[in-house]
Amino acid sequence: MTPTEVETIYEALANRLDELGAEKRELYLAKLALLMAHELGDAPRALALIAEAAENLDV
Amino acid sequence: MRPAGRSETQSLYFTYPHFDPPQDRAGLSDAAPVAIVGAGPVGMTAALALAKHGVRSVLFDAKDTFNDGSRAICVARQSYHILEDIGAVDPFLEKSLPWTTGRTFYRGRQILEFDMPDSAREKYRPMYNIEQQYIEEYLWEAVVREPLIDMRWQSRVSGVEDADGAVILTIEDPLGTYRMQADWLLAADGARSAIRQMRGLRLRGENYEGRYVIADVQMDHDYPTIRRALFDPDCRRGGTILVHKQPDNIWRIDYQLHDDEDDAEAIREENVRQTVASVLQEIGHTGDWDLEWWSIYSANTLALDDYRDGRVFFIGDSAHIVPIFGVRGLNNGLADAHNIAWKLAFVMQGRAGAPLLDSYTPERRGATLDVFANASKSARFMTPPSPGWQLMRDAALNLALSHPFAGELANPRQMTPYTYADSPAVSADDPGFSGGPVPGAVLPEARVRDGFLTDLLGGGFTLLSFDEGLAQGVADLDLDVVVLDPGSEAAQVLAAGPHSAYLVRPDLHIAARWMRATPETLRAAYVRATAGESK
Ligand SMILES: Cc1cc2nc3c(=O)[nH]c(=O)nc-3n(C[C@H](O)[C@H](O)[C@H](O)COP(=O)(O)OP(=O)(O)OC[C@H]3O[C@@H](n4cnc5c(N)ncnc54)[C@H](O)[C@@H]3O)c2cc1C
Repeated sequence: MTPTEVETIYEALANRLDELGAEKRELYLAKLALLMAHELGDAPRALALIAEAAENLDV
Repeated sequence: MRPAGRSETQSLYFTYPHFDPPQDRAGLSDAAPVAIVGAGPVGMTAALALAKHGVRSVLFDAKDTFNDGSRAICVARQSYHILEDIGAVDPFLEKSLPWTTGRTFYRGRQILEFDMPDSAREKYRPMYNIEQQYIEEYLWEAVVREPLIDMRWQSRVSGVEDADGAVILTIEDPLGTYRMQADWLLAADGARSAIRQMRGLRLRGENYEGRYVIADVQMDHDYPTIRRALFDPDCRRGGTILVHKQPDNIWRIDYQLHDDEDDAEAIREENVRQTVASVLQEIGHTGDWDLEWWSIYSANTLALDDYRDGRVFFIGDSAHIVPIFGVRGLNNGLADAHNIAWKLAFVMQGRAGAPLLDSYTPERRGATLDVFANASKSARFMTPPSPGWQLMRDAALNLALSHPFAGELANPRQMTPYTYADSPAVSADDPGFSGGPVPGAVLPEARVRDGFLTDLLGGGFTLLSFDEGLAQGVADLDLDVVVLDPGSEAAQVLAAGPHSAYLVRPDLHIAARWMRATPETLRAAYVRATAGESK
């Protein structure tokens, strides 16, 4: 994926999260995570990403 | 519980019999080979299974009739094999409603339809719905036909002491108190087992979050026998509801209570009526309905550490309490009874060594722990215990509206029977097989000639051999031999070759199998399966 494409996705997510509002944001992200993991089609990779995304949250 | 004005046994569809205590008092104290405490479904099954192997028993129950209300309603395929084996299955087949399909709804929209495995090679359907009163009535009818069972109603066992090679029971009935000696005791006295307390034993395990009210209603409602699970329905946001069809126009409705709902409030008749009415509206029932019975339960996973205590064996709810989502409470209890009955009979008759009895706990407690693992999974989906589980559950249900793969997470995966792979009485697998059931598993069904594979089994051990010559080398062993055709459906299901053989136990579990069987290997497996001496 090119840096420009990453940026497009980043912006789409930001806009979507604002549109949805605080109440639905969490549910939406959980759905998205499940859907993307399924699309990825690689369970070990998905599990590794689930762990990676939890890094540095306290920084 | 029943509506105001009706007693615990005043049912809309079932007439409860009344049983007297034993009138003929002579011989009540005579020693018995086996005493069974509790004539619930599990105790009666044990008595019938013992009788089938020629063992006499005395069966006690404190009550004067069957259990109040319809408790367990889902009876699994393997239990029908057990009911057949003990000679009781016919009325069950006539009365019960077979089913294979479940549908799951989220906020009123269907997100999943699943089918439990079934095919023309199966003699019985994966599941049958029937009220527990009928289960007990039909078992009772078989008990009455059986001269080897001495059934005593209104007879409470109030004491048990160990004696030399026996136990001594104290029994109280309305006409008096007496003592009786028995060589063995089966405690089938239910979840609040008095025997368990008398022996100083405790169930251990966990209580889950989540309480359910179960209510039976009678109504003309046009829907096939399909299990419906409603997640987050309009009538009870945040809750889960199950709907099952039973015979006699009875419908079972289970609904989850919210955390802030009080038990005592929830089971007040007017509140049950109100909730049931809203559920019926949700499922589109507009006609009349009558409230039959209701109760409350929570999902526990509790078991004894050891199902054996000297000459006492615990079977059914006295040994384990499982959450009912897995519909294993009753089914597991029947398998306990079937398991211990043949072992006890064989040991008492000198057909097996005493250590065989020590395989009961690993086999049946193993089955319970397996249920716990599965039930914890479904409990976490039905009743998420924490915010993380709740969020992911809701995300899965919501995603399932557009993506069916997520709906599979709601599949309860009603379990297949447990495999006794780690049992001391089961032989290691033959690595020569590629496929088929492993030792410890239940024998799968197949069509053979005009009937089914299980129809060919003998009363004790059976050798299924694809090689006609094998039988001659083991003619002295206590088993029936069935020769099967290497080209048959059975050969396919068993992944068998022209010299293969399976040794099947009296409880339909596989004791051993060989790709190329010899009399020597067969003999060794037989010795292991019966904890016997090498012959
Ligand atoms: C409200 C409720 C709902 C349930 N729903 C389901 C379900 O949907 N699916 C499912 O699979 N399971 C369900 N179960 C569990 C199922 O009913 C039990 O697993 C099943 O009844 C166990 O059978 P049992 O024979 O071990 O014990 P029980 O049926 O409890 O029988 C024990 C018997 O022992 C007798 N007894 C007790 N103490 C003594 C004594 N000291 N002397 C003599 N007799 C004694 C009692 O009178 C009783 O008849 C439910 C249970 C309850 C309570």
